[in-house]
Amino acid sequence: MARKEIIKAESKNFNFHYADGTHALKDINIPLYEKKITALIGPSGCGKSTFLRSFNRMHDLYAGNKYNGEIILHPDNTNILDKKVDPIEVRMRISMVFQKPNPFPKSIYENVAYGLRVRGENNKRLLDDKVEEALKGASLWNEVKDRLQDLAYNLSGGQQQRLCIARALATDPEIMLFDEPTSALDPIATVNIEELMSELKKKLTILIVTHNMQQAARISDYTAYMYLGEMIEFDETDTIFTKPSKKETEDYITGKFG
Amino acid sequence: MAKNNPKISPALAKNIRRNFVERLIEIALMLSGIVAILITFGIVFILVTESFPFFEAVSLKEFLTSTVWTPNFERKNYGILPLVSGTLTITGIALLVAVPLGTITAVYLSEFASHKIRETIKPVLELLVGVPTVVFGYFALLLVTPLLQKIYPDLPTFNMLGPGIVMGIMIVPYIASVAEDAMRAVPMAMREGAYAMGATRFQTAVSVVMPAATSGIVAAYILAVSRGIGETMIVAIAAGQQPNFTFNPVESAATITAYIVSVALGDLEHGGIGYQSIFAAGIVLFIMTLSLNILGQWTRKKFTERY
Repeated sequence: MARKEIIKAESKNFNFHYADGTHALKDINIPLYEKKITALIGPSGCGKSTFLRSFNRMHDLYAGNKYNGEIILHPDNTNILDKKVDPIEVRMRISMVFQKPNPFPKSIYENVAYGLRVRGENNKRLLDDKVEEALKGASLWNEVKDRLQDLAYNLSGGQQQRLCIARALATDPEIMLFDEPTSALDPIATVNIEELMSELKKKLTILIVTHNMQQAARISDYTAYMYLGEMIEFDETDTIFTKPSKKETEDYITGKFG
Repeated sequence: MAKNNPKISPALAKNIRRNFVERLIEIALMLSGIVAILITFGIVFILVTESFPFFEAVSLKEFLTSTVWTPNFERKNYGILPLVSGTLTITGIALLVAVPLGTITAVYLSEFASHKIRETIKPVLELLVGVPTVVFGYFALLLVTPLLQKIYPDLPTFNMLGPGIVMGIMIVPYIASVAEDAMRAVPMAMREGAYAMGATRFQTAVSVVMPAATSGIVAAYILAVSRGIGETMIVAIAAGQQPNFTFNPVESAATITAYIVSVALGDLEHGGIGYQSIFAAGIVLFIMTLSLNILGQWTRKKFTERY
């Protein structure tokens, strides 16, 4: 890891407890390098989704969940877990794409415009431009430009997921979180999304949870292997997949376990 | 190997007893379904046949266009419009109260209230459903109307406003309960999507959850309208039982149901045209609620959730 990278965000001694007392994450220290894709891998229940969802304070939606430690967002050095930080502000800078496409019951246009609308933006010209830009950014524009007023549900699963990416893009986030974004999609749609992510990282930092190790190997620059709420190993993806330093990582990668 | 046609092993042979029981259960279930259908058809049949003598004496034109309903008078007149106007006005007032209150309650319970608060409020609301409507009737007559008279002294003791408001209160839990179920059925993933975009709780509720639950919410409203049109006791007690072709809420009036109950209580002798008129009124009531049900089905289809 001799290359010099800029750190966009990092978790420091991050712990997470669910409302029922489960200690889901233990002392996680991971940096997210700017304009790189960091993948979280590990068996089900290892806490990778829990970790991802901490970055936009999704756990705030459910009473009783507890964060400890820090997740620092650079360059302003803000601990986004700080009680004084408004989770809505965090979500405006760190957007998220979910496992299953979850478009809103609105038109394609209004889905993409949603993030700006909730910020109080109603300028038609500006919205038009932003929607077009975001749809182009999610390589969906050519497929939908003639039917922006159609209901989003009329799109295919893969298109819906790209719509959700466009929706997340429209607000110019600094970091984008992907929670197993292709697990509900067919192989062709998966390839589209993967290519899209490689395109997106030119502009923003990406953190992705994936069950698919090939996917992590294909698209990510860094990989963290997690197990039972602990971060076992973090390194450049090539290193993790070719010469991991921990035995557990190797066992998981090679399929001996998991 | 393929030519070898093996015998069916006893373990795989058809189980005659089990198939028989299964068939029996199927028939029993079908019969109970048929009973409900038969009763409905029976009601329609009686309504139609019993109102035949009425329509022999009174022309359909008079029934549908005359604005006077006076079966008790010397000069009898059978125009259904006064009863329809009374029914619609009181139901309308009830909806003006119940739709906003019920919807807000549903949004609060589904999107804002903590688990504990919801589990406390819901049973209390449902208790309101259990209050006998005769109680609501006297509530309207003895409490709400006198209160309204303090604001508007010219209000007669029997009027449509008081019972309309009380009927609205009565309907709130129906709307709240059905609409809340519809909103809670919206998957969490959809809400999370909105929150992840930086939406507040209220923005999420109004711009994502409610549109996603449209069909259920509309169904709740339609249920409320049906409930209002069919409600009898409140209006019979507090609205005056005086057929009056008006949409003015501060006048007294009778609804279709109130008229039917007054006849059933013995204002008119059995067998006469006057008595038969309740079946004609019943058909109108039936058509009103039936069309609402069809409307409900239609909206349900049109706005089916697709998440």
